[in-house]
Amino acid sequence: MVLTSVLTLAGIGLILALILVAASLAFRVEEDPRVEAVLEALPGANCGGCGYAGCEAYAQAVLASPDVPANLCTVGGNDTATKVGEISGKTVTATEPMICFRRCSRHEGQVEHRYHYVGVNTCSAAAQLEGGPYMCSWSCLGYGDCMRACPFDAMVVRDDLIEVITSRCVACGCCISACPRGILQIIPQRARVMCFCATKEKMKNVADVCSVGCINCLQCVKACPAQAISYTNFRIEINHNACLAYGDKCGEACVASCSRKILRNMRVHGPAGLICTDEAASPQELGQEQKDDDATQEGTDAKASPLAAQETAPQGQPKE
Amino acid sequence: MDYFLMFISAVFVNNIVLAQFLGQCPYLGCSKEKGVSIGMGMAVMFVAVMATAVTWLVQKYVLDPFALGYLQTIVFILIIAGLVQFVEMFLKKIMPPLYKSLGIYLPLITTNCCVLGLAILVQRDAMDFSTSVLYTLFATLGFMLALILMAGIRERFALCRVPRALQGTPLGLIMAGLMSLCFMAFKGMI
Repeated sequence: MVLTSVLTLAGIGLILALILVAASLAFRVEEDPRVEAVLEALPGANCGGCGYAGCEAYAQAVLASPDVPANLCTVGGNDTATKVGEISGKTVTATEPMICFRRCSRHEGQVEHRYHYVGVNTCSAAAQLEGGPYMCSWSCLGYGDCMRACPFDAMVVRDDLIEVITSRCVACGCCISACPRGILQIIPQRARVMCFCATKEKMKNVADVCSVGCINCLQCVKACPAQAISYTNFRIEINHNACLAYGDKCGEACVASCSRKILRNMRVHGPAGLICTDEAASPQELGQEQKDDDATQEGTDAKASPLAAQETAPQGQPKE
Repeated sequence: MDYFLMFISAVFVNNIVLAQFLGQCPYLGCSKEKGVSIGMGMAVMFVAVMATAVTWLVQKYVLDPFALGYLQTIVFILIIAGLVQFVEMFLKKIMPPLYKSLGIYLPLITTNCCVLGLAILVQRDAMDFSTSVLYTLFATLGFMLALILMAGIRERFALCRVPRALQGTPLGLIMAGLMSLCFMAFKGMI
């Protein structure tokens, strides 16, 4: 009986194994070995900065379609683009190194609180309450939605404002959609000028609440000889490609025309104050920030039940 | 009429998940979104029908003639596992779109108790070939129904305030129990 059982099972197993071997030969699918090679070259962050679902999706697309350029990966930059170009046989034009930029200088403009926000510790929640806790409805809220969205830990909250660590930012764009205010923008690192305010309000409404708010007077739009500045979606947008292509010969006419000094020369004012450049906004400090954040998260979770709200209220307050 | 009765019995009265308690792992694991639950339901339907057909033939022409009925469970597991592997390769080559939609679920149900349970169930009830295949199809429809209902409820619960101690699996189990109780009401139908 033992023998028959063992033999039967072994026999069935053997037959199945033979069928599977035959099937694996008969149904072999030729997979493009280059996909593997492209995947190897890509950073593997799966951030979606290229516009595809992940690194594998991009690898397949770049090999399958001749229209997909090889330099879409902002994370890897030029090195990766060159490698991907070599594998896929595409010519690579250099990628412009980009960076994330916060179009708000709330501290400088001395924007006051509209009310004291106590609640769920996210920007999106705060922004929904009466236009947000600040007098300006287009200011950075500083609760760090973008920081949580950033796959590269390139953002920190300091003094209630979000700051970008330039050495880590790869301009993937994950933070852009996380910001309920739309004040984060991906700009070229070489950008000559930038509008330091993202408000869509006009004139008095801006001037009353912020001393460095853009009143959308459109003087810069008129002043730019390259027509690189436009009034799009109710705020000033700069076409950096056109601006860079025109070059220095305009003498920064837009900066001169701006009565409120909000359009600034990036090379002079640089990222100073808005983007933290120092390499040493460093892991320790970053780690601390994140721990703080975790702690406040805890508080927020506990607040899911209204009873607990009162006990945890002090934690939820914005840091002053 | 017989087939209609069988349909009602397999889908509602003797629902494979909610009345016979087979296939609980995919029921709780793959019921967080409706899309996923439909994919899982389709994969189980596909595999279970094929597995029942093949195991029925094996039982009839290999196990029964040689009086090897006691090897039923282990042989069926072996065959189902091999079959799933084979189907996976076959689909990858012949029907890539179907492979893409079922692909990630197929390996999961290699040893799904629902698939094995149905194969053994039709043997226990001594059904003939066409009836067993049809019964399996109906039973897996019931499986899919349970999965989709559960996914719908869970999607609603994602928006609710659930006490922390009950979040996730505990609430899932409570819901499964309540749904099972509800389905017991169908027992009066036949």
